[in-house]
Amino acid sequence: MYAFDYLRPDRIEDASALLAEHPEASLLAGGQTMLPVLRARLAAPSHVISLGGIAALKGVTLADERLVIGAAQTHAQVASDPQVLALLPSVAALAGGIGDVQVRHRGTIGGSVANNDPAACYPAALLALGARIITTQRVIEADAFFTGMFATALKAGEIITAVSFPRCDRAHYEKFRNPASRFALVGVCVASLPEGSRIAVTGAGFGVFRWHAGEACLDAGGTGNDLADVPLDADCFTGDLHGSADYRMHMTRIIAARAFAALGR
Amino acid sequence: MVQVTLRVNGKEAELDLPGRALLIHALRDHLRLTGSHIGCDTSQCGACTVHVDGKAIKSCAMLAAEADGCEVTTIEGLGSDAALHPMQEAFRQHHGLQCGYCTPGMIMLALDMVARHGQLDEPTVREELDGNLCRCTGYQNIVSAILAGADAMAHV
Ligand SMILES: Cc1cc2nc3c(=O)[nH]c(=O)nc-3n(C[C@H](O)[C@H](O)[C@H](O)COP(=O)(O)OP(=O)(O)OC[C@H]3O[C@@H](n4cnc5c(N)ncnc54)[C@H](O)[C@@H]3O)c2cc1C
Ligand code: FES
Ligand code: FES
Repeated sequence: MYAFDYLRPDRIEDASALLAEHPEASLLAGGQTMLPVLRARLAAPSHVISLGGIAALKGVTLADERLVIGAAQTHAQVASDPQVLALLPSVAALAGGIGDVQVRHRGTIGGSVANNDPAACYPAALLALGARIITTQRVIEADAFFTGMFATALKAGEIITAVSFPRCDRAHYEKFRNPASRFALVGVCVASLPEGSRIAVTGAGFGVFRWHAGEACLDAGGTGNDLADVPLDADCFTGDLHGSADYRMHMTRIIAARAFAALGR
Repeated sequence: MVQVTLRVNGKEAELDLPGRALLIHALRDHLRLTGSHIGCDTSQCGACTVHVDGKAIKSCAMLAAEADGCEVTTIEGLGSDAALHPMQEAFRQHHGLQCGYCTPGMIMLALDMVARHGQLDEPTVREELDGNLCRCTGYQNIVSAILAGADAMAHV
């Protein structure tokens, strides 16, 4: 690991000020991505600004029928939160399936969303459920937030403070795990919202994306089996040592059908 | 340098560490608690598992500075040479180790499982062993040991 100065503000405004003051600084949340990256010397921030001491980033609240999850809520906290379990069971289940016990004790929703790993779980739920990402500067719709591989709409100096979801009990995230890394080889979140169905796919390629043709199929009364014949955009898929692009396309249909079958179960 | 105050296995420790120091290095190199191991550089093996404020975490993936003010428990904090902790004793009885490299991490994770679930069943143990790798045993005896250890803890 390269050397850096460690800073631990206890207010969001102070974290923003420190970021502005040190353009080469990095934020640190749960560190479950950051520390492996730092250890491998893939990043060399001048300062590491810990969000761990900022109480305002913690907690879950219900506001205007939306569940607002603080950026610093760990995966384990989200998985066992009574409000999330009651109003957004699919998100609790997703959080409980990220990584392993130890990773869930440290990793946070804000860190996962900011990182936008192309195989991460949360981005699929945010996109399928029409979540909003709340930052120190604005509110960003999930549809406009995930812009590519490890890329988001976040600007320099912008900090995610919370993620807000509409309550929804007809959603399910189905993850086909890579047995070695425990990330999604393919993960699909299907949500049935008042305005229609939404399907988001993660793990398949360069980053999370919506399967619009699949959504139209479900909205026309189709079921999981019908998804087998719905076209997928080959440009969204990539192959690697874990599976070819064709394999991932095939698995996307199967995993989407499983997610659909689990809706409202 | 950052000033880090920890309570490790019940004892107060004040350390002056570089910001980049990992918790595992604070424990092993500065406090000479070498029971927790480093088995990988990808945060996947779990050999470094310790408890911070009662929760199992990978100490290779946490800055020591992040644990400032926290209670840390390592394998050295359990039992004694004369009287092993019931979970340690279960690993001994059930041959839950061969080389022993993964064992401290396995035991710290096992205690976290017991803390969260109380009684354990085999599917839960297998699922939650996800973040801990063993190159020797094939896991069967680790699973048996954890089930037996949880049982023994319920009866002390
Ligand atoms: C063994 C292992 C298995 C894993 N398996 C999975 C899995 O199955 N599915 C999955 O989705 N993930 C998985 N992960 C990743 C894990 O979920 C991480 O916790 C997550 O990706 C990052 O969250 P963090 O809180 O640890 O963030 P950090 O690692 O601290 O930060 C990640 C990035 O986000 C930035 N950041 C953090 N917080 C904010 C904020 N509030 N605002 C703006 N930027 C911010 C940081 O600067 C950094 O660039 C795994 C990790 C490990 C080590
Ligand atoms: S050394 Fe920490 S997980 Fe391998
Ligand atoms: S006993 Fe050797 S690694 Fe587990």
